Amino acid sequence: MSIIKKITHKRLTASMVIATLFTLSACSDNDNDSMDAPEPPPVPTQDYRVTVTNLTANQPMSPIALIRHQADMTAWQTGGAASLPLETLAESGDSSGFADIEGVDALIKGQGILAPGMKESIELKLSPDEVASISVLTMLVNTNDAFAGLNSVSLVDLAINATVTFNSIAYDAGTEANSEAKGTIPGPADGGEGFNATRDDVDRVHAHPGVISADDGLANSVLSASHRFDNPVLTISIKRLR
Amino acid sequence: MNLHHATRLLILGSIMSIPVSAADLEISITNLTHGNHFTPILITAHDDASHLFQSGEMASPALQKMAEGGDIADLAAAAMGNNEIRVENPAMGLLAAGAKTRGIMLDTQTMTHLSIVAMVLPTNDAFIGLDAWEIPTTAGTYTLNLNAYDAGTEANDEIINGGGMPGTPGIPAAPGGDGGTNGTGVMDSSSNTKVHIHPGVLGDTDTAGGMSDLDSRIHRWLNPVARVVVVVK
Repeated sequence: MSIIKKITHKRLTASMVIATLFTLSACSDNDNDSMDAPEPPPVPTQDYRVTVTNLTANQPMSPIALIRHQADMTAWQTGGAASLPLETLAESGDSSGFADIEGVDALIKGQGILAPGMKESIELKLSPDEVASISVLTMLVNTNDAFAGLNSVSLVDLAINATVTFNSIAYDAGTEANSEAKGTIPGPADGGEGFNATRDDVDRVHAHPGVISADDGLANSVLSASHRFDNPVLTISIKRLR
Repeated sequence: MNLHHATRLLILGSIMSIPVSAADLEISITNLTHGNHFTPILITAHDDASHLFQSGEMASPALQKMAEGGDIADLAAAAMGNNEIRVENPAMGLLAAGAKTRGIMLDTQTMTHLSIVAMVLPTNDAFIGLDAWEIPTTAGTYTLNLNAYDAGTEANDEIINGGGMPGTPGIPAAPGGDGGTNGTGVMDSSSNTKVHIHPGVLGDTDTAGGMSDLDSRIHRWLNPVARVVVVVK
């Protein structure tokens, strides 16, 4: 699927170049043979910087997944069941499944775990025909299946030097019960299991109710008071650089 | 088509003197919580001086009745007396966790602000609230996140005992059938008797006793608890 998409993109680019050449020769009033015409100047890219900040006390975020996609795609739907790539991300932090979703043009991953209080920027250099929408996803790794991010924001109307900033609440993928039990949480609080295909929770994406922790009365929880969080958990800003 | 519509509006406007600000709204409301229901929802469109509730103010008796027992009748009657535009109970009963009620149509006529309330159940006196949101005059889709408020009228003892009348302690019911019994009661030492942001429920994991009849694994929430999408046409 992604191979087909790449070919389509190449074809598009090629046909654009040809169209440009034709236009140039049609407008030109000198006698230069088009075969000798210099290479057309490269189309300037549109550049964006996406900065993600972890606002939590003690919830490292899995490597940021930034997906570039068509405007009609959404990474999740609140109230609806999680897709398999979303379930995988929310339970294990592995975002690679998003690369194969229909409508996704590219998956760009952050450098590594985004620790509490830290921020990371990812820069995009896009040709004009690549400018569409983006989504950002990351797992709160000291949870069963909490995630946060940005769901389908269009880059199309963002002016040069303009910045848009969003706060994200924590969502619950609804695919794994929030047992907080030993062996069920992949983050450093536990080192337990990540993805498990069984869906033993409400099976719909919703606002995360927060973790309870052993300190607040959940007897078998491996989490402590510092793993609790409140909203928002993430700030995401998008700046258009050029 | 657009032209026809605009022309119609112009003609209507010139005949009936409808203000240009009148707008058709299409509203949807999603319950974002893990395991709480919303009781019948009340939506009102009103002028800039009216409120169903206000943070930092005492709850009206009608608001207390809604927040403690889910009964919107008095709030709706007051809104009707004030010539406000109302949509009562659009979900036709309870709106379960994760559920969405959509396609709610509201013609604002001369009204400029929008308010929404519904009780969060099971709780003592929590409600979802939108207080006098100024309706945009630009057509578009607007997404609003709603917080859970505490009416400040009843102690949050977290005991499910059928108490839904104003002034009666306790929680009317747990519609999901997931409440406990025989809780000894949470000591609510809050001194805030005004409408305020709800501190959330505590719950416990003992369905046959413990401090609370709520389940900490099911009934807790963080804000926001509801998402409202308003399409201004």
